[in-house]
Amino acid sequence: MPHRKIGFGLRSVGHTMIDGIWRLGYASRFFFVTLISSGASFRRIHLTIREIYFSGVMSLIIIIVSGLFVGMVLGLQGYETLQKYGSESALGSLVALSLVRELGPVLAALLFASRAGSAITAEIGLMKATEQISAMEMMAVDPIARVVAPRFWAGVISMPLLAAMFSAIGVFGGYLVGVVLIGVDEGSFWSQMQAAVDFRQDIVNGVIKSVVFGVAVTAIALFEGYDAPPTAEGVSHATTRTVVTSALAVLALDFILTAFMFRGV
Amino acid sequence: MSAENLVEISDLNFTYDKRPILKGINMRIPRGKIVAIMGLSGCGKTTTLRLIGGALKATTGSIKVAGQEMSDLDQDGLYRMRRKMGMLFQFGALFTDLSVYENVAFQMREHTDLPESMVRDLVMMKLHAVGLVGAHNLMPSELSGGMARRVALARAISLDPMLIMYDEPFAGLDPISLSVIGNLLRRLNDALGATTVLVTHDIQESLKIVDYIYFMSDGVVVAEGTADEIKASNLPFVHQFVWGEIDGPMTFHYPGAPYRKDLMLEAS
Repeated sequence: MPHRKIGFGLRSVGHTMIDGIWRLGYASRFFFVTLISSGASFRRIHLTIREIYFSGVMSLIIIIVSGLFVGMVLGLQGYETLQKYGSESALGSLVALSLVRELGPVLAALLFASRAGSAITAEIGLMKATEQISAMEMMAVDPIARVVAPRFWAGVISMPLLAAMFSAIGVFGGYLVGVVLIGVDEGSFWSQMQAAVDFRQDIVNGVIKSVVFGVAVTAIALFEGYDAPPTAEGVSHATTRTVVTSALAVLALDFILTAFMFRGV
Repeated sequence: MSAENLVEISDLNFTYDKRPILKGINMRIPRGKIVAIMGLSGCGKTTTLRLIGGALKATTGSIKVAGQEMSDLDQDGLYRMRRKMGMLFQFGALFTDLSVYENVAFQMREHTDLPESMVRDLVMMKLHAVGLVGAHNLMPSELSGGMARRVALARAISLDPMLIMYDEPFAGLDPISLSVIGNLLRRLNDALGATTVLVTHDIQESLKIVDYIYFMSDGVVVAEGTADEIKASNLPFVHQFVWGEIDGPMTFHYPGAPYRKDLMLEAS
């Protein structure tokens, strides 16, 4: 019977592949429909502003606190390493470059996925489970334009602002530990940072990264919510999938973007 | 199509995942009347309602609403048609992030350019019709089941639809709320000059208010008639349903292997 077991295994792999490809196609179509249904998000900007408040402003606390601690840890670890080479004065540039290029966009996106992404998935999944989405369709209102698109653009707008906030607070955390606590020279901390950080190469690329992460995380969260089976278990699984898929997507995209942006720098 | 019928369903078949749900349904829903579709859970009542609303497409057969074949409509046409329809979902389906007022105003804001003062007057009129003007500032989480159903009813009639559809409006209500909703349903239909399709299995309340009843079982219409005809019916299924009898064509147990065999008291 081994050939039968092999056949069963192959069929199972085939089914999984086909399901995966089908879902990817469905998600791409969902993303495309969201983009072409986005007119109302800008014509009726209050819908998008409301969502910016829920996903962006309500994520500020976790972003600020995390940014502060990450910056402080960078200050401590950076100082420990740099002082071995007598380069403590380079602490400012180390903290700033780490945050602006990598940690700011990536960690802010991971936090955004777990705080706002999961909330978006749960909200839309529950709207579906309680027939609010069906009710909207029966009232001749397109739920993609009314519910999905404003949340999508709110996420895309919020993400770079949150990443910028994360980096700024992180730099302040590095300053607190490096300059105030350890006693690194304040002048060299800021001047080295100013000299090392390039606006186009570092800041703009960091902003581009956070916009890409914002698109990815928000699109995943919206799709998972909209596609969730209308049950408690379905919404719970969808919320988990949002956080896991978003985290993996952010890390994979970060590698790809870094490879293109900072090659040879 | 007869001008006196707002909805006409002919030889309607609907298959889901290769499983036949509706098998050759024929129904006529006259203008200005309340027509109930009744039957046990899973008999295809809600599917029929969703087909009338265009949420599902018929596999074969025809559904005409106001003379328009529903399966011929594209997305824009379907949305234009739905602006003339109102639907009350089983548990209201109120938007939980909007207040009672905003829920009722939702369609007016989405589909009209009415000034805010007129929206306010219309919302208050609709809420007055369901006796909930005083609740306009409440959120859906602050409403009882009966109140939520009444708000959903006010929302369903906010644009004065020609066709109002109700999916199990009496489910889970206490006797007083049940009578209130039943009365409202009749009064609103007559006051608005609308036509109502009511999907329910609450026979006693429905018999008081409906003009005509279709009985469904296992995807087919098994009986039809006025409330008096249904009450007097000798058809075993209808008799069992109307009088809530335990014995009859509908059995208590879901079909399966013999119980004694499950208990291993019989050899397989």
